[in-house]
Parts: sequence; C-alpha cells; structure tokens
Amino acid sequence: MTKSSPSSDKALSHGGDWNFELLQEYDQEIGKIAREFGLDTYPNQIEVISSEQMLDAYASVGLPISYTHWSYGKEFIRNEEGYRRGMRGLAYELVINSDPCIAYLMEDNSMPMQALVIAHACYGHNSFFKGNYLFKQWTSADAIVDYMVFARKYIFECEQKYGIDRVEETIDACHALMDHGVDRFHRPSPLSAFDELQRQHERAEHARKQYDDIWRTLPKKAKREDEAGKVDKERFPPEPQENLLYFIEKYSPTLETWQREIVRIVRKLAQYFYPQGMTKVMNEGWATFWHYTLLNTMYDRGLVDDGFMFEVLQSHTNVVMQPGFDSRYYSGINPYALGFSMMRDIRRICENPDDEDRHWFPDIAGSDWRETLDFAMRNYKDESFIGQFLSPKLIREFHLFAIADIQKDEHLRVAAIHDEEGYREVRRLLSRQYNRDMLVPDIQVYKYDHMGDRSLTLRYNRLRERPLTEDAAEVLKHLSLLWGFEVKMEVFDDKEGVVDEMVVQSARQMRH
Amino acid sequence: MSMIIDRRLNDRNKNATNRQRFIRRYKKQLKRAVSDMVAERSITDMSRGGEVGIPVKDISEPRFRVGQGGDREMVHPGNREFTKGDLIQRPQGGGGGGSGEGGGGEGGGGQDSFMFTLSKDEFMSLFFDDLELPRLARTVLGDSNQFKYRRAGYTPSGVPANLSIPRSLKNAMARRIALQAPLKQQLRELEQGEGNEDDIEALQERIERVPFLDEYDLRFRHRVKEPKPISRAVMFCLMDVSASMSEQKKDLAKRFFTLLYMFLSRKYEQVELVFIRHTSNAEEVDEEAFFHDPQTGGTVVMSALNMMVDIIEERYSGNDWNIYGAQVSDGDAFGSDPQRSCARLSKDILPLCRYFAYVEVPDSPNAMTPLGGAYSQITNANFAMKTVMHRSDVYPVLRDLFQKEAA
Repeated sequence: MTKSSPSSDKALSHGGDWNFELLQEYDQEIGKIAREFGLDTYPNQIEVISSEQMLDAYASVGLPISYTHWSYGKEFIRNEEGYRRGMRGLAYELVINSDPCIAYLMEDNSMPMQALVIAHACYGHNSFFKGNYLFKQWTSADAIVDYMVFARKYIFECEQKYGIDRVEETIDACHALMDHGVDRFHRPSPLSAFDELQRQHERAEHARKQYDDIWRTLPKKAKREDEAGKVDKERFPPEPQENLLYFIEKYSPTLETWQREIVRIVRKLAQYFYPQGMTKVMNEGWATFWHYTLLNTMYDRGLVDDGFMFEVLQSHTNVVMQPGFDSRYYSGINPYALGFSMMRDIRRICENPDDEDRHWFPDIAGSDWRETLDFAMRNYKDESFIGQFLSPKLIREFHLFAIADIQKDEHLRVAAIHDEEGYREVRRLLSRQYNRDMLVPDIQVYKYDHMGDRSLTLRYNRLRERPLTEDAAEVLKHLSLLWGFEVKMEVFDDKEGVVDEMVVQSARQMRH
Repeated sequence: MSMIIDRRLNDRNKNATNRQRFIRRYKKQLKRAVSDMVAERSITDMSRGGEVGIPVKDISEPRFRVGQGGDREMVHPGNREFTKGDLIQRPQGGGGGGSGEGGGGEGGGGQDSFMFTLSKDEFMSLFFDDLELPRLARTVLGDSNQFKYRRAGYTPSGVPANLSIPRSLKNAMARRIALQAPLKQQLRELEQGEGNEDDIEALQERIERVPFLDEYDLRFRHRVKEPKPISRAVMFCLMDVSASMSEQKKDLAKRFFTLLYMFLSRKYEQVELVFIRHTSNAEEVDEEAFFHDPQTGGTVVMSALNMMVDIIEERYSGNDWNIYGAQVSDGDAFGSDPQRSCARLSKDILPLCRYFAYVEVPDSPNAMTPLGGAYSQITNANFAMKTVMHRSDVYPVLRDLFQKEAA
C-alpha cells in the first residue's frame, strides 16, 4: 500500500469535512467495491444523528424503538454521565439488524470516520446479518421494527389499564430470565401452515383405513387403568425445557393474558439478540475485515488520499488492539482483534499457504479466499469458527495460553501454551470459552407438578462444580412472581446428582 | 442503493420517559440523597439540580450467572514467560481471570455508587414530595394589584389635559396644505390667464374657508394601564431556637422557609432574607447560624416580633417593599408572652405584611400549645397558621397563600 503513491486527482474529497453529497458518493463507491467482492447485503438506511441521539440509541440496546422501562433509563443515565465526564467516548457506529439495515452516523465525525463506519456497518455487519445461519434462523430482519412498535404500544396500553407498577414488576421478572428465552435445540419451525394441514389429513386418513369395528369387541384389560395412572404420575414436561420464558408463557397457572403477552414480547426480544451473543467475534471480525479491505481498495484506486487513510488506520489500529493478560487495559480477549486477525489469516492461508497451513488446513489452503470466507461467515458461530479456523500461526501471534483453575489445587496451572504440543489444546479451550454454557448457566424446567401443588422445579446442570452467583435467589423470586406458586431449583451435578436445592414460596400463595 | 436520512432534527429526548421511570423506581434512595443535599445547601441556593448517588447493588438487575469457584480453563493472550505445567499463585481477592463475560466491560464499574445529576425540576420534585410546585407557581405568577401608566402613541380622542399640541398642529398643517394646494393652483392659473374676477374671488374665499384647526386634527397622548412588577420583597424568617427545637424540627422549618422563598423569588425580582432567631431575646443572624448554631435559653416570642418591627421601620419602610413574614416555633411560650405577642402581631405587624405564616412544629400533634392557642384568635386574612408534623405537611401551609394570591 505504501509503495504506490496514487495520484490524488481522483480522490473523492480532502480533509475532514463531510456533507450529504459526499456521503452519497462515498457510499456509492464503497458499495460498488463491496459488490465486486461479492458481499450480499440488505438495502441500507443511513441515518445521520447528533451525539445526544446516539446516547438515546445506546440505551435501547440497539433497537430504534423499544418499550418504556426503568432499566433503559438507567442505561441512558449511565452512558450520559460517562460521556459528560469524558470517561468514555461514543461508539462510532451503531447498526441494527433490520431490513432495510439501519446504521447511524454521528454528525461530529470526520469524513474518513463516516466512510469507515459506512464500510464497517453498512457493508460488513449488514452482509453478516443477511448471510449468517444463526441470524437467518433466529431473527426476522424485515419484521423486527414493526414488532417493536407493536410492543411499545401494547406495553403502554397495559400500563394504562393495569398500572405502571404491575407492568414494571412483570417486565423486571421477564428481564431477569431473558437469557433463558431461547431454545437452542429446537429451531423455530420452518414448516408452513399448508404442510401442517397436510400432515393432519394424512393422520386422519391412516386412522380411517385402520378402522375395524371388531377391535371394539375385545375385552378391556383391567391393567389399562394402572397404566393410565402411571401416565399421570409421570413427570411433566416429559423432556426438560430449556426455554423458561416459553414455558412460563404457555403453562404458568396464574398469569393473566396481558402478562403472557409481555412474557412473549421479552422472549421475542431475547430471541432477536440471541445470535448477536453467539457471533461477537465473527461479526466484529467480519465487519472489521471488510472496512479494512474496502477502504484499502479505495486507496489503491486513488479514491481517497493519504490523510484519509492515516485517520482510518489510526482508528482501525485502536479497535483491533489486544492488550496482554498482564496489561492494565486487559479485559478479556478483544473480539475485534481476534475476529479481524482470523479473517485475515484465512485469506492468507488461501492465498499464500505454507507447509504448516497445508498440514492444518488441507481443504482450504490454496482455495479461493472469497469463497472460503463467505462459507465461514454463513455457516459458523464463534465456538465452531474458532474450533475450525484458529491457526497455529495466530496462536503464536497472540501468545495464547490456557490456565487451568482447579478448585482443590493450591495453584493455577498453565495447561497449554503456543507450542506444537499445545496448539490443539489452546484452540479447543478457546473455542469452548465461546460456548453459551460459559456465559449462561444451563438451567432447565425439570418438573411442573400440574396435578399437585403446581410447584415448578428447575434444574441447574452444574458443570465441574461451578456454582451460581448469589443473584440466583433474586432471579427465583422474580420467577415465582410469574409462576404464582412455589418455585424450586435443584443443583444437579454431573457426577453426584442433586446436591443442593433452593426454594422460593410465592408471595401470592402465602397470602392465601 | 442506500438511503441517507438526516435525523438530526428529530426528537432528541427519546429517553426522557425511561429516565423518569428510573427516578420513580428509586425514589426512596434518591429522596435520601436529596435530603442530605438539602442539609448542606442554603435556602437561596436550593433551586438547582445536583449530583446524587445510589448504591450500585440496589440497581443491579439479577440474572442467573456462573460464579467464581469450581474448575475451569481460561485462555489469555500475551504469554511471555510461561511454559506448560508452570504453577501460578492464585490472585488474591478471587479476581483471577474473570469468566468469559469479562469482555463486556462495565463502564465505571469500579464505583460503589451509581452517580448521576438530577435536573432542577427533578430535584425540586423530589424535595417537595412531588408537589408539582412549578405548575402551581405558574398559575399565580404575574398577578399583582399595582399598576402604572405607560405612553402608547396617540389617539384621536381624549381629555383636553392630554392634548398633544405639536402633533395636532402638524396634522392641521398637513390638512391645510392638502386642501388648499389644488385651489391655489387653479387660482394661479386664473390670475395668469386673466380670468373672471368673480371666479377668482370665489376661489380665494374657498381657500380662506379652510379652517386653521379642525376637530380631525386633534391628537391626544395615549396611555395604557400596565400591571407594575413589584420588584422587591423582603422575607422575615423568625424561629425559636431554644433547646426544645431539635435538628429535625429545624429541618422542617428550613423546608418551609425554602418553599416560601422559592415562591417569592418567582414573583419578585429581588427577595431579601432577614433571619431573626430568638430565645429569651432576639438577634438577627446569617443563615448558617440560623439553622445550625444551637442556642440555649428561655423563650420570649415578643422579642422577635419587636425586632421585626424595628427592622421594618429602619430598612423596609414605605411602599417599596412587599413584606412577608414566616415564623416557626414549637409553640412553647410562657406567662403573658403569648397574648402580648398576639396583640403585637395583629396590631403592628400584620397591617404591614402581605402575608404572615406561622408554622408550628410541636412534639405531639394534638396538644394545643400556648402560642398556637393565642395566635388562633387572629382573624386577619393575611395570616395563616398550620401545625406541621411531617415534611409533606409543609406544603399545604403555602397552598392558602397560593389560593389567596391567585384569586
């Protein structure tokens, strides 16, 4: 890049000032290059906003509209105070997974920064939202904004009818369980209503064909009754349910209709955000890779000048910085840094593989980098992406090492480092670190005593003796509010079985 | 094709409701913080916002989370010296590694308190227990019973005293020129053309008939009646500071004085405060000493009233000042003091005052105190008295004032 000194005659602009014509021009050029690289995006809706509006947008966790709740107020105040005291800057970009894809540009930013955001958000994130399988499965980009408009209105009406306090406590309770509003193993059914009808019809047809009056004359066995009794005594639900909010919505014995609808709204929201939590590294890596690639291509074609590129690179470098574990700025692995490096590394493996790469990645070494990256973007989430594509070279570059923290040992132990022996182990452990179980404990509905005292039993499937935080008791109280009867949580250890139990009586029940 | 939209002019305060909800939810904690602030502030300084803090623990939203403990492996970057199998001392305080969620970064997470700034209105609303003071104050704003006249141009009708001679003569001259000019022109033409003598004479007569001054010409100075802003008010704060007045009672008093001060400062451009405290004799002090300097001694209410009269005579006499009085006491008075004070108040002070409020902060709500008993005989419309046991009782005292002034 530094070798060629492109003539600046073709450059779209010089200096930091921007205007709407320039935004349009830059967007056109960036879009053209993105299409040359084969990026498939939703149409873009770029909105220019002030910094105060950015603070507003922050608070509603990345949706242009949301219902009213104090926690958003808290978030807003937190950001506003932080910003006012200069403790934090504002993010350059905010992009919403919707169709059209809404991206915000801040008016205070310079032209190079606006271009960076356009490339990053409107072509990077946008194409990821459209292509990645999790987003495809879990979110409906074309409907989310309309749905939130509905939700806001609905909750406002509930407040009018049932009072702010009751609505607030319901939403509080739902928010506490928000991480448990997704069923990982049941995808939202892609079956159409037509298929459903067809199946019912076939079943009826089968029954008709099998019908024979003679079956009616068979004497009934006395045993039948026992069997029926046994069925009743069986646990309900027959399989543990992971989606707590869904279970509450369907089966809570006490919720009123409007409360069920609120549970549903929060559940839909949780579902919408679910893919974002599972693809942080990939999503940011992908967007960062593409702003880097797109803007460098612009520079190579002489569309932007040196000053532009300096500003972009300075900001880019800050974003992808990864402090070491002993740095005071260290707060875990930076998803931008890891994601960006991995995307670039895949391109390198495709374009210039060495012997190590051929050994580790025989199927992608030397292949077309565009196709390989596209395939990775579409079909992986962080956990599998790292498990599949983290190369020994990157492990060396990041100096990754794994520490084993075994409770009964006096010391922490270094389990693996960036050497021949450790590559696979580091990669396996890092990949597992992005498993959802590391972030959200595995808690499932184990039993609903619907024929008895209507109590609900949850099970925390404890892995390797990791306890829950003290918050758990508070969350159970919220749950009991939604459930209306006693709520129990068992801690189930993979080796020792049920080891602990927490019980919360429902306030409603105690009043009786 | 991308669409670029300028949203900068859209509503900027999308989160106002969410913010209110937050304040509503943590009202209890915020009120406590506001009370602390009130204690440190002076009355004139009260009506601005301020920074408050809420313990972070109180506002956290619980979730199921995996806590410290158990077995786990964590991958970190930046290894320089470790090799496989090295043992590392556990970091103290259990902060080791942090789990996978560490990346998010709680902004300002190191603080114990969630600090933020209340706006002026939010502060006042918490301070006065949601009394919606600003709205009430607005309804009575601008009423006053003094007027002054202001010149507002000229009008064709009026009393002779207001006749504007220059303006009237100017009009007359203009009218004369306008009416005579065409006639004079004709006259000149006739004279040059040596026309008919009779015609010339007739024209000259017509010219002379144009009056020097006509009724249309008269202009009078116009004056309009305007309410006169009363620019100055003085507020006397009288308080019994004998030993029986506890800090808590003084806090009630402070709220009352603040409320009155705020009401007055919305109405008047300039409000002066006079603090008179009394035990067995009265003295004028500054605000700090008034509220926080403990005194011991007996109680002679009369002394404070006497001092108020003296100060009025000395500094605030005449019609230039609107005088307001506010007295707070726990009602203890001895001997003939209550009766004499009552007489002094109704005879010498109330006629001078626009309003005098007596607020009693007794130990028990039902007992009739000596001073309260005496004051309750006063029937003057400018006088109001109230017993206050709790902060929220303070406001109704002033409601009387608002209603009276608004009527």
